[in-house]
Amino acid sequence: MAQGLLSSYRITVDAPMSRLPYDEMRLADGGIRPHYQSFAEWLGQTPAGRIAQKREEAERAFHRLGITFAVYGEDSGTERLIPFDLVPRIIPAAEWAMLERGLKQRVQALNAFLHDIYHEQRILAAGRVPAERVLGNTQYRREMRGLDLPGGIYAHIAGVDLVRAGEGEWYVLEDNLRVPSGVSYMLENRRMMMRLLPELFATQSIRPVQHYPDMLLKNLHEVSPAGEDAPTVAVLTPGAYNSAYFEHAFLAQQMGVQLVEGQDLFVQNDTVFMRTTHGPQRVHVLYRRVDDDFLDPTAFRPDSMIGVPGLLAACRAGRVTLANAIGTGVADDKSIYPYVPDMIRFYLAEEPVLNNVPTYQLGGPADRGYVLEHLADLVVKEVHGAGGYGMLVGPASTAAERAVFRERILAAPGNYIAQPTLALSTCPTFVESGLAPRHVDLRPYVLSGKTVNLVPGGLTRVALREGSLVVNSSQGGGTKDTWVVAD
Amino acid sequence: MLCRVASELFWMARHIERAENMARMLDVTYRTSLLPYQVTEPGLAWAEPWSVPLITSGLATAYYRDNPVLSAETVLRFMILDSTNPSSVYCCLRAARESARNVRGAITSEMYEDLNTAWLEMRRYDYDTVQQMGVSNFLEWVKMRSHLFRGVTFGTMLRDEAYHFIRLGTHLERADNTARILDVKYHLLLPSTADVGGAVDYYQWAAVLQSVSGFESYRKIYSDVITPRRVAELLILRDDMPRSLHCCMNFIHETIERLGEDHSHSRELERASGQLHAQLHYGRTDDIIDLGLHEYLMDFLERISSLGDEISRVFLAPSY
Repeated sequence: MAQGLLSSYRITVDAPMSRLPYDEMRLADGGIRPHYQSFAEWLGQTPAGRIAQKREEAERAFHRLGITFAVYGEDSGTERLIPFDLVPRIIPAAEWAMLERGLKQRVQALNAFLHDIYHEQRILAAGRVPAERVLGNTQYRREMRGLDLPGGIYAHIAGVDLVRAGEGEWYVLEDNLRVPSGVSYMLENRRMMMRLLPELFATQSIRPVQHYPDMLLKNLHEVSPAGEDAPTVAVLTPGAYNSAYFEHAFLAQQMGVQLVEGQDLFVQNDTVFMRTTHGPQRVHVLYRRVDDDFLDPTAFRPDSMIGVPGLLAACRAGRVTLANAIGTGVADDKSIYPYVPDMIRFYLAEEPVLNNVPTYQLGGPADRGYVLEHLADLVVKEVHGAGGYGMLVGPASTAAERAVFRERILAAPGNYIAQPTLALSTCPTFVESGLAPRHVDLRPYVLSGKTVNLVPGGLTRVALREGSLVVNSSQGGGTKDTWVVAD
Repeated sequence: MLCRVASELFWMARHIERAENMARMLDVTYRTSLLPYQVTEPGLAWAEPWSVPLITSGLATAYYRDNPVLSAETVLRFMILDSTNPSSVYCCLRAARESARNVRGAITSEMYEDLNTAWLEMRRYDYDTVQQMGVSNFLEWVKMRSHLFRGVTFGTMLRDEAYHFIRLGTHLERADNTARILDVKYHLLLPSTADVGGAVDYYQWAAVLQSVSGFESYRKIYSDVITPRRVAELLILRDDMPRSLHCCMNFIHETIERLGEDHSHSRELERASGQLHAQLHYGRTDDIIDLGLHEYLMDFLERISSLGDEISRVFLAPSY
């Protein structure tokens, strides 16, 4: 029966794309890629009933555990499941080795950039990045000027979104250096797969990911304020009504550290303390999942109820380390994205291993002219947007939608960048009618402490609607387990 | 542990215990409402017993704000399903689950799953489904969910600070609620004074005992003659009776002493707790009867409430 799933799996051209997308499992001639052989065999041998049963088990388990992701703007706060698909996204080891090199390189350069713009600003003086883009950026925090951070690290946790457009053809879609999320899904997906389909792990050598929390904790210890032997680490969460709360609680528990909210902390003599049943206890490192703006009502937004008064002062006094540091947002801004490959050359004197998606900047007349001519072929994004909103997907738009967007562009061209539509790779995914190709991306998590490290793989997000390129969970995307296998 | 977390755990435990005791209270009322009753006020036929849970829980004012009429149905709706009554079974289960959700790191996953399941099931009930199921059966379900939660907690939780705050909340609430259930009898009218010691009196006391699962225990210890004196002794002073005030205070005092070990500001709390414990540990039944059972219980409720406030001041919401 399951053999039918495989044989009926067809890769098709999504209108209005013009070429067959790269499929992670199937070759153009219908053959199975070597790293998917083992899985394909299992699919062929397993009765459809068992697969259906496993899919149901996964859904029930996730629901029972209350793993949910509140969707903004939908029946405020309703709990909904992020769909998990049973088919893993498999990456051969050699390919991962290349990605890993490129990711480490990129994050190192980004951290060097952040250190530089808050100190000597050499890259601005050299004219490699327009000063206005950095210093005029709302995410640039003057309060961080001249402050020396432990290890010079700003982005301790970076989520770099990657897409594959063809054989060996990978692009970085965007960097996430503020409060990147999703790693809990990566960990829970692996745990789920091992529980549901242990036989798959017996036949292949799949590199483990469960050590992520240990790696993270080690890094956080390494960036503690100077002279601390046994630093206290805590995770700062906005609270249970935040859409990523499950992840905050999960990571705190996995690392064995306290999960705190703003109200649990207070600052005295520039030192951060937790309110405990035994009296105040000092905090040295705070893994904060609260945005810069809401961190400290005395320094940033005064209406923030989830911050800690005096936290910025404690940072500046070097009495507490925040991960990620305040002010990293300037480096993951879409207007800075085009300059990242050059940062690698400038700070590391190396050629980038990973490329950006070719990007047009609409602030410049030449690029703008080209883009307005070819709106139907391009994806146009707002520079300050997030989560897949405020975007025009040219090939999927109507003439009316393009006309409206044209007006928005002309009103504020500097707010937009455009990129060619990439034929994102597809991965087999369970749908109503069986197994079908769906577009996927990849978000590996890069950790920086004394060294830069990653667990193999990352979070694979899948666009569940046929032909859709939008993988964000807040817009109906799902996730898969990601496997890096030894060839 | 974080004060906020201790507070959530404490109140999570109190809410589950309160839901259970609400069910027990309604159970007494339901049983006594089946007894023959002399109408003492026209228009209140068969409704009198239903005023008792409102009075003893201190909810009469809230009830009469929206419900001019007293009837079995309206009281049951109010105390089981009303989302605006913070002490309703519905609100208690919701609050317990919310607290658990807020402190998931401090409890085992089995505990959270258990409360989550109880809440999801509660959400599906409305008055009609409760009636269909049978009021007694529904109340039994509430008690069972509480037993389950206690079992899961006792069976899976590390004996850490979180565990102790949960036990503290459970026993504080149990002591308070048991005193209120006992006080029910004071408010239950007998058709006439001549009926003291008669059949109705017996059944009312039996109902009180059954609601705290003490009927069989009573018979084991005292044989079948139910007297107020012995009920008071069993449910207030005997520490081998798990729901007695003495037994609850044993746990409360022991837990407060344990939690106060590393604490510099818990002297007054330990003293107050010790004093109330001693009152029960060394108390005499005669003294309770002489004072009057109702008066004794009222005094106890006040003291247990002060204890709750002091616990909050010391552990849950201290000011620095």
